[in-house]
Amino acid sequence: MNRAEPVMAVIMALCSIGLMVKSAELPVGWIPDEGPGGGAFPFWLGAGMLVCCIWTFVKWLRGRSPYSGSDKPYMDRQTLMLFVTAAGSLTVMIGLIHFIGVYFAVPALLVFYVRFVGRHSWWLTAALAAATPVVTFFFFEIALRITLPKGHTEPMFYPLYDMFL
Amino acid sequence: MMEMAQLLADGFAVALQPLNVGLVVLGVVLGLFIGAMPGLGSVNGVAILLPMTFLVPPTGAMIFLAAIYYGAMYGGAISSIMLGIPGASTAVATTFDGRPLAMQGKADQALVAAAVASFVGGTISVVLFTGFAPPLAAVALAFGSPEEFALMMLAFATFVGLSGDDIPKTLFSIFIGLALSAVGLDIVSGEPRLIFFDIPGFFHGINFLVLAIGIYGIGEILWTLETSKGDVQISQATVNVQRLIASFRKLKDSIKEIVLGSFLGYFVGILPAAGATPGSLMAYGVAKTMSKNPESFGKGNLSGVAAPESANNAASTGSMLPMLTLGIPGSPTTAILLGGMVIWGLEPGPMLFVEQKEFVWGLIASLYVANVFALLVNVAFIPAFIWVLRMPFAILAPMIFILCVVGGYAPTQDMHDVWLMLLFGVVGYLLRKLDYPMAPAVLAIVLGPLAEASMRQSLLIAHGSPAIFFTRPIAGSIMVVAIILLLLPLLKRVHRAWKGAPA
Repeated sequence: MNRAEPVMAVIMALCSIGLMVKSAELPVGWIPDEGPGGGAFPFWLGAGMLVCCIWTFVKWLRGRSPYSGSDKPYMDRQTLMLFVTAAGSLTVMIGLIHFIGVYFAVPALLVFYVRFVGRHSWWLTAALAAATPVVTFFFFEIALRITLPKGHTEPMFYPLYDMFL
Repeated sequence: MMEMAQLLADGFAVALQPLNVGLVVLGVVLGLFIGAMPGLGSVNGVAILLPMTFLVPPTGAMIFLAAIYYGAMYGGAISSIMLGIPGASTAVATTFDGRPLAMQGKADQALVAAAVASFVGGTISVVLFTGFAPPLAAVALAFGSPEEFALMMLAFATFVGLSGDDIPKTLFSIFIGLALSAVGLDIVSGEPRLIFFDIPGFFHGINFLVLAIGIYGIGEILWTLETSKGDVQISQATVNVQRLIASFRKLKDSIKEIVLGSFLGYFVGILPAAGATPGSLMAYGVAKTMSKNPESFGKGNLSGVAAPESANNAASTGSMLPMLTLGIPGSPTTAILLGGMVIWGLEPGPMLFVEQKEFVWGLIASLYVANVFALLVNVAFIPAFIWVLRMPFAILAPMIFILCVVGGYAPTQDMHDVWLMLLFGVVGYLLRKLDYPMAPAVLAIVLGPLAEASMRQSLLIAHGSPAIFFTRPIAGSIMVVAIILLLLPLLKRVHRAWKGAPA
């Protein structure tokens, strides 16, 4: 935790500078008869963020941060594993949506989590993996008329569209 | 007075339409389950389920989400009592005496006390709300852009002055939320602004839901995974009619604490940074101080469950007051509701009371209805809620992820937003580990567009002089209060140093 605090402050400070530079693409000063330029609002917010990051960093330097001198790790091994499993599987699932669409990526995530992480029975896994996309389809595509991304699996849904829409 | 009664009666006519009653019941039940699950509270439920409400008209959608808000406040007590883990931060104070009661085999008494106290708190606060809202809205009608901007400054200042979080980190959270709201097209010139890496998805701006679902859906699950590693011990509850009646009788002794908690919770709830969590903690503290035997608190005193539970429900109603009348949300949950109103094409603020009478009064009346149903459902389904607490996380986590992904996609139908949501969820979680508060950022992204517009308009009127925020009487007084709040932590420190200094 002791090292994480200043590292995060520096990363966020860099983001703040990036925001200020990006905002300056639009006028940040006063335009006569128009008021503040379009970039002024985000520019000064970026400046404020930068000040806050420096403030946090200085607090840490002076040993005033709650994490100063803390030898507790930012993430222990077990937490890191949980984090990587959860965030990683979600990332893979969202990536898969582009190729195989929501209706195949969703069961894939469920099978991975329920069966391999949670070690539940294949019966429960299969039931959830089958029911969830069906409910999702009827709720979004039929009731709300919102088409969810289907990637390369789109043609498989043409008969369903004909039937329900 | 008569006019208000008439409007409220009209509101009941809306709230009691079959569709709306159905939505109230569904919302309350869902809210109870969401609140009962450790880690998930009203804000998570409302953020994740908001995209699902596009199915019904705005009034129904709002009634449904308000019912979730209410139900979750009731439900939070269930895991506080049965697991000793607060179902949401708002139910922290409920664990103090709820858990000892459950350990003594009196879980049913604690659950009934929580349900009844929530009902009383909810009802008292709705009555207060009905009385306060119309006059406040009438005053707010006279507000111009300097007053609007001042009010927003006040909302943000409460986070700095009252939340108790680290000040630079709180300010950072406010600034980044406002900055994210500035992405898209400049409101005045129409020029593209902050289009990072020239990704076209940024042209339509960053929808507040992307940030809210990222933080309160994905980020929350990551957080809960980390904090709930250990095993949880569920207490046993024996429930039967005789014991229920006895439990109701026992509540007689806690009436004073319940009523007090309701008033306290309501007024604390109005403040944006305060809300239900500090409200319920304060109610617990006051109940303990007033008690004849304060040492029984923490060991299983029924008033220790009743006082915070009445306060957290009252606070949730309190936080709706500034949202509906001023367009300034009183809590992260109401910030999301406010964002939802914009999506449904309603302009939040005092004009609602003039132009959308049916919506406003339908919502108010639905709060009365939601309270009654929440009490009934809560008491009737206590065993079902205890069952849901056993829901394994390996099923809950992917289900919530899926809801987040499809819910994040639905409003704009752009995969760009889903990726952005994932980014916000992960970064939000990493920041939260270092105690960066997240609620100010969510409030800021919702208020951002309005804050920028009102600031630019005011400055334009005043030819660039920020004095306009101080010279107009209402704006000036609000700004002064905001500045006092901003300086409060500094004043406290000076005060401490002064007292600590040797005489």
